[in-house]
Amino acid sequence: MRGTLRRMRAIIRKEVLQLRRDRLTFAMMFGLPIMQLVMFGYAIDNDPKALPTALLAADHGTMPRAIVAALGNTGYFAISHSVTSEAEADALLQRGEVQFVVTIPADFTRRVIRHERAQIAVEADATDPTTTGNALAAVEPAVARALARELTGPLAGLAPRAGPVEVVLHRRYNPEGSTRDNVVPGLLAVILTMTMVMMTALAVTREYERGTMENLLAMPIRPIEVMLGKIAPYIAIGSVQVAVVLVAAKLLFDVPMIGSLALLSAATLLFITVNLAIGFTFSTVARNQLQAMQMSFFFLMPSILLSGFAFPFRGMPGWAQLVGEALPATHFLRVVRAVMLKGAGLADIAAELAALLLLLGLVGALALARYRVTLD
Amino acid sequence: MTPAIAVRGLVKRYGRRTVVDNVDLTVMPGRVCGFLGPNGSGKTTTLRLICGLLTPDGGSGTCLGEDLIAGRAAIKRQTGYMTQKFGLYEDLSIRENLEFAGDVHGIADLRARVDAALDRLGLAARQHQLAGALSGGWKQRLALAACVLHAPRLLLLDEPTAGVDPKARRDFWDEIHALAATGITVLVSTHYMDEAERCHEIAYIAYGKLLARGSAAEVIAASGLVAWVATGEGADRLAIRLRDAPGVTAAAAFGASLHVCGPDQAALAAAIAPLRGAPGIVWQEAPATLEDVFIHLMRQVPDNAGQG
Repeated sequence: MRGTLRRMRAIIRKEVLQLRRDRLTFAMMFGLPIMQLVMFGYAIDNDPKALPTALLAADHGTMPRAIVAALGNTGYFAISHSVTSEAEADALLQRGEVQFVVTIPADFTRRVIRHERAQIAVEADATDPTTTGNALAAVEPAVARALARELTGPLAGLAPRAGPVEVVLHRRYNPEGSTRDNVVPGLLAVILTMTMVMMTALAVTREYERGTMENLLAMPIRPIEVMLGKIAPYIAIGSVQVAVVLVAAKLLFDVPMIGSLALLSAATLLFITVNLAIGFTFSTVARNQLQAMQMSFFFLMPSILLSGFAFPFRGMPGWAQLVGEALPATHFLRVVRAVMLKGAGLADIAAELAALLLLLGLVGALALARYRVTLD
Repeated sequence: MTPAIAVRGLVKRYGRRTVVDNVDLTVMPGRVCGFLGPNGSGKTTTLRLICGLLTPDGGSGTCLGEDLIAGRAAIKRQTGYMTQKFGLYEDLSIRENLEFAGDVHGIADLRARVDAALDRLGLAARQHQLAGALSGGWKQRLALAACVLHAPRLLLLDEPTAGVDPKARRDFWDEIHALAATGITVLVSTHYMDEAERCHEIAYIAYGKLLARGSAAEVIAASGLVAWVATGEGADRLAIRLRDAPGVTAAAAFGASLHVCGPDQAALAAAIAPLRGAPGIVWQEAPATLEDVFIHLMRQVPDNAGQG
């Protein structure tokens, strides 16, 4: 037992020394999370506001003006062009200079007063549905509010009446629909998947590529000792990455941390270990560092796209959800979001933790089975 | 006395190619055994089989009294194996490399042992330099120091002096003999004839088969080769005319003289007879050399490298 500890310590010490001297890798491990945080935290917003809008108004009465002002107040529409013809509006939309064209016909006010159904047209460049979705949903309530204010006195009878059913919308856990609140916790899963899998895969293949594995295998050291010794330093590095993301989430992005930090830490440790085991398994298959890198990227791609990080998990077809369920990032994402945003407790995330444990068992067994004690 | 290495019928195949073919090898403790043979003859594979890096497809034996397969862990603890390619970490310092090897072997008084090894190497002043910055000769000496740090009973060295200058080679061999004098058994593969002659005994392997065994003198005597040396103006230029003559195994120029050998005294004499009249050239019978023997042995075995 003392021998085991000493051999593991020797491997850990060697890995740390090598890591410290590999400046680029070292910089990458800490630069990457910061870069991703800045990009995802500051640059990406799934709910864009102040979108350029062209106004084609043939009616300049107070009612249309109130409606335009109400649209502006939603925050989504910023009138950037006032045009006088449909052709002009079309050209702006075609060139992508505006996201929306709002058309108010000449007889708008007259038709409202005459109890004829008046129309407003909102045309959107819907090539990217994410950009326009929320804005379009905000149009009708905005118009209704504007009309309610305008249709007073003799026109009060025209005001839209309350229907028999009132729908109460309640956006829980993220009432403002902030993208950051969703993305920054999700980044934990992506950053850890990216660095942990790749680093371990490289750490072991490097030994084969540089010819030092033959020397290591000729020494009295057991596979489990090599494996644990090699992944231990990366657990520490992963923990630092997690701390960086959590501190940034709190200080820079104001992402809430409702649940228990201890619970989140324990789940994170489990997730890091699963990723390291996957990286170790890759290293037993890859013949050189390039292949290890390529395999890591093949793994990273679905972890970003199918885990629910980048796109809604429930929007995927069944087979894609099945693939997603097999990825540790999917389960960890749910854990992080649940703990941080929803204040979930152990019982709420037990199923996801069990899935991670199962994956760890499978991958760990595969890694140990594939690790060769000989050069055969 | 139990042999340090005693293996019988070792076989290793890769696909349909037999790389080590029924090799028997016994080396007694404290002996330096040279392991010779052409490139790709199975020297490295045999060394790896002996130290447990490869699993044999056939054969059995003991190494330091332990079974080759069941006692793999015990063998590894008492063996130092120096790989052909520099196997230490180039991005660790000289001292860190030695400490790593010592830690893995569980050496007790590590600090003192590393200090002593550095002093013996003459690298104490440079101990904090990265191993990758050392020259070829120093790398080899460091690698040797790392694999003897745990005081092994058996040393397996795979072409330790390839690409190393003559002075460094000489120092390296002095160290090997010093180690052997303390009772360590050494099995060392090499391509150099002068190194083969510094071994107590040699084993010659070609295309996976062990072809000759014994001391240098015994191997030469057993080959039955005879040789002639011609000296004088233009003697070296006769090599090309004799190379393919019947009864001639090898004809090679050494500076201005010519060395010819063959397995049969009469046939060789007949081969050189037409050239003996050349003016100014003196012919003399000479003992065959180790190199003659190896070239002779290589010619006798059909090349199986193409069968894979």
